[in-house]
Amino acid sequence: MIPDLLRKHPAARWVGVALIVVALAALPFALATVGTAWVRITNLAILFVLLSLGLNIVVGFAGLLDLGYIAFYAVGAYTYALLASPHFNLHLPFWVILPIGAAIACFFGVLLGTPTLKLRGDYLAIVTLGFGEIIRIFLNNLSEPFNLTNGPKGITTIDPIRILGMDFANTTRVGEIAISGTIKYYYFLVFVLAIVIVVNLRLQDSRIGRAWEAIREDEVAARAMGINTIHMKLLAFAMGASFGGIAGGIFSAIQGFISPESFILTESVMVLSMVVLGGMGNIWGVVLGALLLSFVPELLRYSVEPVQRWLFGRSLIDPEVIRMLLFGVAMVAMMLFRPAGLFPSAVRKRELTVRDNAR
Amino acid sequence: MDTFLQQIVNGLTLGCVYAVVALGYTMVYGIIQLINFAHGEVVMIGCMVAFSVIVALAGSGMPPLVIVGIGILAAVPVCMAVGYVVERVAYRPLRNAPRLAPLITAIGVSIILQHLALLVWSRNIIAFPQIIELKLFHLGSDASAAAISNIQVAIIVTSIVMMATLLLLVYKTRIGIAMRATSQNPQMAGLMGVDINGVISFTFVIGAALGAVAGVMVGTYYGIAHYQMGFLLGLKAFSAAVLGGIGNLGGAVLGGILMGLIEALGAGYVGDWTNVCVLNDFLPGFQDVCSATPDASLFGSNYKDVYAFIVLILVLVFRPQGLLGERLGDRA
Repeated sequence: MIPDLLRKHPAARWVGVALIVVALAALPFALATVGTAWVRITNLAILFVLLSLGLNIVVGFAGLLDLGYIAFYAVGAYTYALLASPHFNLHLPFWVILPIGAAIACFFGVLLGTPTLKLRGDYLAIVTLGFGEIIRIFLNNLSEPFNLTNGPKGITTIDPIRILGMDFANTTRVGEIAISGTIKYYYFLVFVLAIVIVVNLRLQDSRIGRAWEAIREDEVAARAMGINTIHMKLLAFAMGASFGGIAGGIFSAIQGFISPESFILTESVMVLSMVVLGGMGNIWGVVLGALLLSFVPELLRYSVEPVQRWLFGRSLIDPEVIRMLLFGVAMVAMMLFRPAGLFPSAVRKRELTVRDNAR
Repeated sequence: MDTFLQQIVNGLTLGCVYAVVALGYTMVYGIIQLINFAHGEVVMIGCMVAFSVIVALAGSGMPPLVIVGIGILAAVPVCMAVGYVVERVAYRPLRNAPRLAPLITAIGVSIILQHLALLVWSRNIIAFPQIIELKLFHLGSDASAAAISNIQVAIIVTSIVMMATLLLLVYKTRIGIAMRATSQNPQMAGLMGVDINGVISFTFVIGAALGAVAGVMVGTYYGIAHYQMGFLLGLKAFSAAVLGGIGNLGGAVLGGILMGLIEALGAGYVGDWTNVCVLNDFLPGFQDVCSATPDASLFGSNYKDVYAFIVLILVLVFRPQGLLGERLGDRA
């Protein structure tokens, strides 16, 4: 459709970027006209994109199945909550806490990865699964004898993010336009997302990224090529964990309230299905998968209930259940029919299709 | 010492249940090197089906043991069917795929099973009808001595019978020979005329049948059922299988029983050891807490679910092949 001249022109690229930026900038106002709830939903969707990109480093790039990823998210969230709330009466600024949260999550990642990464991938899967549950048990119980996490009640009145004296919890007026806190968080999240995507893209093509890909395709061959596989796997694990920690910190600030209930196994499964749907290792695919699986359930929430009421006169199936069934079916169906994701990269496609001569 | 003996009895009961579930994991792993994540969910479905049957028959005037027996007879075929379908749909097409693929379908299947169970049996914790009257047999002369209940005896006996039957099946029958041959080398077994797909399906079905009975035992023992109960149970049983040496039937039994004992003793004693006043004798800084809440402890019985996981980590660090396993941790 677009004439060749336009496409090849060096400025075309920048025009495209500018158009995307304008669209992203205008989006929250467009959504706000439909309903403020949709801006909030978009914010949570972006958080899930961040999480999926973090998990994608572990599962997609390095091929290690992590089933307790939400634990790192929890660690980041609780770090933020403890350092910026009346709970311990600490109120550090977010740019101090986010790196601390990332570092602590990274530490847990290394702690968990060290014993298991020497072994086969299956063990990592089950150990991470257990780890996710253990973290939740600790968060639930560390309220006595020392009140560290406030138990199942969670931590409330967490500080919002403040930049240059601008509070993200309140509405600011710029001339005629009122910018609500939710919209401010939207811009903040888009900014963080842009950085994370760039980091991921650069990482994928770097020496480290290529080493991960080699390990994923054939670990023995990778080791024969001189790659220190255990260090590289540990690095992937630690990096994924740090991204989870950062996302957790932002989640804490946006919600203002967290409790162990937010970090159950279901969430880990959700993030994993986003990565799987988008295509493990495919950055843009993962972004798309995460957005898709964040918005479709919301749309279901608004459509399934009325349809059921209209058909049967009452709500038979909870949309929440449909959502989880959808995640389960998506995971099985994707693995059976499109193992490399909806829009697979060529390398991954070759790798994940069933080989006739295998074993 | 009575507490100790009591915890041993409780641990043995729990351990027998873990052993039976662990057998399901270890059989499947032994034959196709796959962790069947959905096995915990099969156990849960067994528990739920038996629950429905028992509730339906509770008022019929039949003897309680017969009702529970019918519950088991109903749960076993349902779980067998679930096990077969899961293998057929989610694992068989991916048998030659890279390892990540069947692991992800396994997770997907277990989510699907959980939420189907949620649709049928609701998201609430279900109270299992206590139709068998609880009788305590004291292991001593006075009433304060450790006791073993009739349900505990029934669980231990049933488990031992099932384990013995399984061992006979695997080591003394033709299908058992076929199973062992397939686990050693599927291609060679196929060339020798073994129907590999049939054998693998059979393994899943037998594992699921064991899981169904285990589910009924868990339900009657704890008196409750929940659509997510399979997750922790499965995790613990899997840890037990790894502890004993995954792929090894005797190992699963040993690991299961050890795991039960560890959990029971851990819940019984670690709380006392980490009591704030006890810690106060060794470490400074606990005075205030000790005087305020003398009963509080750092790791009380609310941490009992953590021990299985700690055992799993320790085994993986120090003896990845497990207690009885010969198979070394495959590094590739």
